[in-house]
Formats: sequence, C-alpha cells, structure tokens
Amino acid sequence: MNDSGNVYKQHETIAVNTEAKSAPIGHGRPWMDPTIEPFIRVEGVSKHFGDFAAVDRVDLDIYQGELFSILGGSGSGKTTLLRVLAGFEEPSTGRVVIDGVDMAGIPPHRRPVNMMFQSYALFPHMTVAKNIAYGLKRDGMRKAVISERVADVLDLVQMSDFGPRKPAQLSGGQRQRVALARAIVKRPKVLLLDEPLGALDKKLRESTQFELANIQYKSGITFIVVTHDQEEAMTLSTRIAVMDQGRFPQVGTPTEIYEYPETRFTADFIGTINSFEGSVESVSGSEMSVSLPALDMTLQVPVKNGISNGDTVCLAVRPEKIWISTSPPETADTAVLTGTVEDQGYFGNLSLYRVRLETGEIIQVSAQNRERQSERMIDWDATVHIHWDIASMVLLKE
Amino acid sequence: MMKRLSFPLTVLIFGYAFLYIPIFSMIAYSFNKSSLATTWGGFSLRWYGVLFENSQAFDALMLSIRIALVSATFATALGTCAGIALYRFRSFRGRRLFSGMIAAPLVMPEVITGLSLLLFFISLENLIGWPAGRGVDTITIAHITFSMAFVAIVVQARLAGQDNSLEEAAQDLGARPFRVLVDITLPLLAPAMIAGWLLAFTLSFDDLVISSFVSGPGANTLPMYIFSKVKLGVKPDINALATIIVALVTIGVVVAMRLMTRKDGGKKPG
Repeated sequence: MNDSGNVYKQHETIAVNTEAKSAPIGHGRPWMDPTIEPFIRVEGVSKHFGDFAAVDRVDLDIYQGELFSILGGSGSGKTTLLRVLAGFEEPSTGRVVIDGVDMAGIPPHRRPVNMMFQSYALFPHMTVAKNIAYGLKRDGMRKAVISERVADVLDLVQMSDFGPRKPAQLSGGQRQRVALARAIVKRPKVLLLDEPLGALDKKLRESTQFELANIQYKSGITFIVVTHDQEEAMTLSTRIAVMDQGRFPQVGTPTEIYEYPETRFTADFIGTINSFEGSVESVSGSEMSVSLPALDMTLQVPVKNGISNGDTVCLAVRPEKIWISTSPPETADTAVLTGTVEDQGYFGNLSLYRVRLETGEIIQVSAQNRERQSERMIDWDATVHIHWDIASMVLLKE
Repeated sequence: MMKRLSFPLTVLIFGYAFLYIPIFSMIAYSFNKSSLATTWGGFSLRWYGVLFENSQAFDALMLSIRIALVSATFATALGTCAGIALYRFRSFRGRRLFSGMIAAPLVMPEVITGLSLLLFFISLENLIGWPAGRGVDTITIAHITFSMAFVAIVVQARLAGQDNSLEEAAQDLGARPFRVLVDITLPLLAPAMIAGWLLAFTLSFDDLVISSFVSGPGANTLPMYIFSKVKLGVKPDINALATIIVALVTIGVVVAMRLMTRKDGGKKPG
C-alpha cells in the first residue's frame, strides 16, 4: 500500500480526512437545500477605487433568516462590500440581487435594506424617539402607528425609558441599542451591521452578542454582520464568509471554517493552528503520501484535485486536537512525537504549551486543566509525548 | 500684601487692555459733556441727542444695516452651497481650482478687490445696462462677493468635523437627497451658518475700502460717513454713534453664541 520513497523515517500509514462531513439537509440550513432560492445574491461583484480592487469578483448567496458574518481584517474590503449592498457604492462589475430584484441603479433610500453604522450615526439634534421614528416618517406612516412601532422597538432593545433623551445623554451601550432599534424598526428585508459591537468594551460586548442574536431570531430579519472579531463571528453566525484582499478564501458554518479550513489564511485567521509543509512523494489511486520534514514522517492522505507528484502541500492540526503527557501513551495507534516544553501559558481553565520537537519544529498544544493541583504536572523543559488523531488534520491550500 | 500675578495672567491682562481700552475710552467719551473730544467735562447724554438730530448719520446707519442684512443673507446662502460642494464632492473636476478661488478674497488686498469690482460694474453697465450707475446695489453685490468666502470656509470646517455617516444613515432610512439636506445637513450646519452670517454681517457693516470704490453719489455707508467726518476732526457725536454700534454688535454676538451653544448641548429630558 505504501509505495513512497522512504526518504524520511516512516512511522505509519494513516489516512487524513480532508473532506467536510456533509451535514444533514433540513431546517435551519437553507444553504444545504438546493430547492431554496437564495435571498441575496452577490454575483461577480467588484469595487475598484482607481487601480485598487477593494472587492474583487466575489460571489455570495445568503438565505432568508440567516445571521451571516463577513469576517476580515482591516482593509480586507468587508465594509466596502457592505456599502455596495446598502447602495452607497455602485459595484464596478457584477450585480446584487435582493429578494429577486436587481439592485443596479437603485439608490439607498429605495432599497429594502437598512444599515447599522459603526459610528451608530445617531442624529444628534433629535431625541431617541425621533431618531427611531425618522425612517417610519419617511414612509408616510400615521403618527399613531409610528409611536406604537417606536414604543415596541424601544421595548425590544430595553430602552423604553429613554425615548425623550438626546443621543449625547446616552452611554455607548445605550447608543448601540438605539442604533439597532432605528435600523430594525422599518422591518427591512435585510439588516446590514457594520462592526455592531466594535465600540463596546469587552464585557458589554459579550452580553450584547447574545442579545443581538436573540433580536435577530425574534425579528426574523436577515442579518449581515461585518466584523474583524473572529470570536464574535463564531458565536453569532449561521455562516461566515472569511474575507481577505477583496476575496473570500472560504464561506461556511463556524464549525466548517474552524474544523475544515481550506486555506492557510483561514486557518491562521480563525484560532491558531500548527501547519507543516510537505511534498507529495507519490500519488496512487485515491491516496497520496506526503512527507513532512518538520515532523520527520510521511503520511498517507486522500488525494485532492489538481495535486500531483512533487507538489508542495500543507497539513495542519489545531492545538486542542493534540494530546500531551509526560509518560508515553499506552494505546496510541498514531504517531507519537517527543519534545521538550519550551514555553507554557496558564489560563486557568486550560494551559497552552509550546513544544519543541527534535527536528526543531515548535508545536502548540492546548490542554484542559481537568484536575485541580497546585503544582503543574508539565513544567518548563519537561520531556513530553504528544500525539493526535491523523483524521483531525486538514490539508490546506496555500 | 498683593499676590504676584502669574506670567500668563499678566500677558492676558495686557492683551485685553490693548484690545479694549480704546473702545472703553471711546464709550466713556461719548458721555462727555465737553465738546472737545479729548477733555472730560462731566457726564451727559448730550451727544446722543445731537446724533439723533443728525439725519445724515442716521441715514448712513440705516443704509449700512440694510446692506449688511441683505449681503449677509445672500453670502450665507451662497457660501453654504460652496462650502457643502467643496466638502462633499471631493473629486469633481477643478475642485482644487475652485477651492483656491473661493479662498482668494481672504488674502486679496481690499484695494484690488474694490478696483476690480468697480471696473467690472462699469463694463457690465456698458454691456447690458445693469447695474445702472453705482450705489446701494453695487455695494451689496461687492459685499456678498467677499463675505461669502468667509461663510464657505466656516461651513466647510464644520462639515469636516462632522460624521459623514449621519447623512448616509438618513438616506438609508428612506430620505431622498433633498430631505437629507433639510432634515440633517442644514440643522447640523445651523451653528456654522449663524456664525457665518454674523461674520458676513460684521464684514459688510464695517467695510470702508471696497464700499468706497463701488459706491456712487448718495450712497454713503456708516464707515464712509464716519471716515469723512473724522477728516474734519473727531466730534463727540461720532463717539456716541460708535458706542451704539458696539452695543448692537455685542447684543448680536451674545444672542448668537447662546443660540449656538443651545443647539449642541441638548435640553434635559422633560
């Protein structure tokens, strides 16, 4: 079975699972169901500023009722894409279709979307109630209906007593709620949120995260959230589009993105990962063997399209998927590597170790601190044995 | 024992003394009984009486107020448009040229502005027969020309310090561009527009050089009247006139300041 040239010490013949397990089709996963039409279609959209492409030929399908996150660092083009959806920027190429209507040439005030701005953009010269009523007034609603809707939405965001206040008299968290209330009071088909929690401090951000998801669930509005905070995106979203240099390296559920990252960028951007470069020694049938000099071993993994002999590939494993112990594991059906603890971090609930292998490679390992002890079991310079299930490794594109 | 004044305080006192002693002495001398402008002869309202009987001075005052009101209003309207255009349309063709041109009157010597406007009015009259002769109209137009630059700069500064997304938010909530202007842009610009209007009013009210160039027979603004009087020696009734002007300007500025601070502060919830 193993027909690779035995350049490096061969430990084992092990299969690496690189394919996402297909999730069951059903309720709450409209993107898995081919009979459901996407609610928002982004087709080949680019936005150029001069020679620079802030958004570069992206495609995206977003379904009704989703809480969809666009996750990227600063300058990744995420806010530009949001502004294209809102109508503040005309796309240079491609088109945006919302609920079956092509949005080309439709100005922001006629789109069925509302936006919550990063700065909140509350009108400083109007009270909270007037801020929220503004959009309803533009639709020519009757006064009685307006005040009822305003009261309802203030209740939803728990700001009922604050209607007569001016924005300057509110705290950051209260302003955030008012901004959200103003954006959802018109019951838009889609709500765009630009860094909705960005201006809040950490503690407030955590509690507000869940409230936001709760409000999304109650209102049933499709949310598209732009954020740079991976934790926020992971906890909030039904799906995440990772954005980098105007493109999407990967779109998927939080679990898919975390457990089955497709590219090195995604893997590094979300959480931490140990990645090892290797070269394809041979391809036979559905498997290929990859030699990893950093680990001093060769692994058997399923073949991916477009990979041939001699190609450089990247295999990776998350720190929490690795077992660490001071004594050699008894029943390890996988490769066991030995190294020394170069550095460690104690976080209370878990510890993070940086283990230096004999090859010089440093591997990050995290372990739950299940037992209570005043002394650490694994200390600096301790000799440790680490191993992991090869099926938890992923094959990354560069 | 007297406390030693700190250096900054001393500087401040000197600065204010330099600015205000001439004005206060002028005000004091307006209540002077003596007809000699520089010797104190006891308190009296005599010169205010003389002033009100002087129809020439009164006419000049009314003319100046009229011109200042009209020109400040037009200058505010035009200057606001220019300020918004300069700020908003960041990349239109010739923006740099336009913005340089709007600021030019700020540094242009008044003599040059006055002369060029005079030549312009004369050739315009030759071409289309308007404005017929020089007078109130030409002074007003001239004042609009130079004071709108100041308004534009005040408005532009205010816009630069403002969150752009406010207007976008209004648009996003369904407001057409015109509604955004009325509901959001202009209310937020109000303090700057009031400040610009006051500035334009003051500039127009005390302009002497440009007015002298473009004025015609019969159109004497207050500064022109005062200047012509002073050439024949300072009379105490001029002091009285100046005191009235100072009082009016002070009231105007105080009112405007209160308006402006109330706009941003926000009232306590009732």
